[in-house]
Amino acid sequence: MSTQRALRRLPLHLAASATVVVCLFPVYWMITTAFTPNRDIQSAHPRLVPRTWTLEHFRRAVDADGFGLFWRNSLLVTLGTVLLALLVALGASFAVARMRWRGRRQFMLAVFVAQMAPWESLIIPVYIIARDTDMLDRLPTLTLVYFMMTLPFTIVVLRGFLSTIPPELEECAQLDGCTRLSAFRHVALPLLAPGLMATSLFGYITAWNEFAYANFLIIKQQDHRTLPVWLSSFHNVFGTDWGATMAASTLFSLPALVVFLLLQRHVTSGFAAGAVKG
Amino acid sequence: MSVVRERAAHRPLVPPPRRPPGPARRPTMAGVWPFLLIAPAVLGMLYLLVYPLARAVLISFQDFGLRQLVLGDAHFVGFANYRALLTDPRFWTVVRRTFLFMAVNVALIMTLSTLVALMIERLGRRWRTAVLSALVMAWAMPVVSATTVFQWLFHSRFGIVNHILTGLGFDSFEDYPWLAHGSAAFAILVALVVWQSVPFAAITLYSALTTVPCELYEAARLDGASAVRVFRSVTLPILRPLFMLVLSLEVIWTFRAFVQIWVMTRGGPGDATTILPVYAVQTALAQQRYDLGSTASMLTVLLMSGVLVLYFRQMFRQEAEL
Repeated sequence: MSTQRALRRLPLHLAASATVVVCLFPVYWMITTAFTPNRDIQSAHPRLVPRTWTLEHFRRAVDADGFGLFWRNSLLVTLGTVLLALLVALGASFAVARMRWRGRRQFMLAVFVAQMAPWESLIIPVYIIARDTDMLDRLPTLTLVYFMMTLPFTIVVLRGFLSTIPPELEECAQLDGCTRLSAFRHVALPLLAPGLMATSLFGYITAWNEFAYANFLIIKQQDHRTLPVWLSSFHNVFGTDWGATMAASTLFSLPALVVFLLLQRHVTSGFAAGAVKG
Repeated sequence: MSVVRERAAHRPLVPPPRRPPGPARRPTMAGVWPFLLIAPAVLGMLYLLVYPLARAVLISFQDFGLRQLVLGDAHFVGFANYRALLTDPRFWTVVRRTFLFMAVNVALIMTLSTLVALMIERLGRRWRTAVLSALVMAWAMPVVSATTVFQWLFHSRFGIVNHILTGLGFDSFEDYPWLAHGSAAFAILVALVVWQSVPFAAITLYSALTTVPCELYEAARLDGASAVRVFRSVTLPILRPLFMLVLSLEVIWTFRAFVQIWVMTRGGPGDATTILPVYAVQTALAQQRYDLGSTASMLTVLLMSGVLVLYFRQMFRQEAEL
C-alpha cells in the first residue's frame, strides 16, 4: 500500500528534486569552486565534490585592492537607503492610511506609477544632473537614487500593513493618555514589524545589488565604488582567476543569501502583500 | 500590549488627545499634518524621478554630445533624433530582438513557475520546505554574482556545462565557446534571466494557490469533476488575477534587463545580445551621443507603457476589490 503510494508520488518527487538541483546548483558550484585549488579548477575533469579544499582564493579576494573599502561603501549606501526609505515611507503611509485629506488618492496613484519607474532609462539624465550639481562620484548620490528606487514599494507595503491594523487600537491608547505619536509608536509600530522587515529587506537587496548606477555614476573616484562594480571589474582584471572570482562572488552574495534565508517567511508574505496590494 | 498600558498609566500629566469637533468618528489631525508627512516622499519623487524624466525628454529633443555636455550649449533640434533612430535599420533590429528576448523569457518563466507552483502545492511538508528554500536561495543570489557564476558554468574550457554535455556524448561541445556565438550567448542570457525570475513568480503563484479554500476542491470532487476540470474551473479563476499581475511584472522586468547583459556580454558578440536598454547606454556613454541614447530610452518607455496600461488595469481591479 505504502510502496504503491510512494510509486505514485515518484514523478512528483523527481520533479521536486530537479527543481531543488536546478535552483541550488549554481550557488553550490560558486561556493565549491571558491574552495577548490587552482590545479583542480583548471582540470579537464571537474569534480562535483572538491578533492582538496583551500582558502587561497578567499585570501586573494580579500587582499585585492580596496576590498574592505568597497565593502564599507556598499554597507554605508545600503544602510542609508534602508533607513531613509523607511523613515520617509512611514510618514507617508501613516498619512495615507490614517488621515483623510484632499489628494490622497492622487498621491497613491503617483506612488503606484513611480513603482514602475523605468530606472534603466534614467541613467543618462541622472548622470548629467549629478554632474551639474557636483554630485558625481559621491556615495550620497547613490544613496538618494536607491532610496527613490525603493520608496514607492515601501510606501505601498507599509500602507497595506497599516490598513490591516485597526485604528481603534491607537484610539484606545490615545484615550489612555498617549499622544497620537506615542500611540502610533507603542501600538501600531510593533504590529508593523513584519511589514518593516519585508520592506527593509527589499531596500537592502536593491541597494546591495544595484550595479548600473554604481557603475556609471562613480567614475573618477574609484575609491567610492561599491561591491557589485568591484566584482564585475575584478572578474575582468583577474580574467582567468576563476577561483578568486568565485570567492569574491561568494563573499558578496553571502549577506544576501543569509538574510533572505533567515527572513524567508516574511519575505514571501511581504512581497506577496506588495504585489497583490499594489 | 501591557507595556503600553503601564506607560500610559505612568503618564497622567499628558493632556487628553484633542479630537476634532463634529461627528467625525476617528480622530483626524486637521490641516497641514498629512501634507507635512508626505512632503519628503513628494519632494523625493519630484527631484529624483520627475525631474530626470523631464531632462531625458528634453535631451531627446536636443543636439547633445560630449561638447554640449562640457559646454552646456545644447540647442533644440526637434524630432531629428527620433527620425535618426526610427530610420536606422540597426535600431529596428534591436527592437525586434528586445521583443524576442522578452517573449522567450516570459513564456518560459510563466510556464515553469506555474508548474513549480502547482507542484509545491502537491508536495508534503518536508519536500515543500526544501523546494521553497531552494527557490529562495536562487532568488536571493545577487544579479552580478549570478551572472559571474553563469559565465563560469559555461566557460569554454573548464565550464561544468561543456563537461557534462561532452560526457553525455555531445562531442561538439568540447571547448564550445558559448559567448563567442550570438545565439548561444543569447541562450545563456535567457537561461540566466529565467533562473533568476522563476523563484519570485513561482512563490507568488504558490501563495495565491494556498488561498484557494479546500472546500471548493472537495465540492468539485464530490460533483465528480476530473483533475483537469478542477484546475480549469476552480484553480484557474482564483489564480488568474495574480497570474496576470506576475505576467505583466515579468514582461516589464525582462524588457528592462540590463545588468546581466552588460556584465556578461556588453551586448556582444557583435550585436547579438543588444536589447534596448543596452543599446541606449552603449549609444549614450560609449559613443557619447547622449541625445540618441535618451531618445532610445524614451522610445523604450513608450513601448513599455503599452504593457503598463495592462498592469494598471489589473492593479485597479484588485484595488477596487480591497
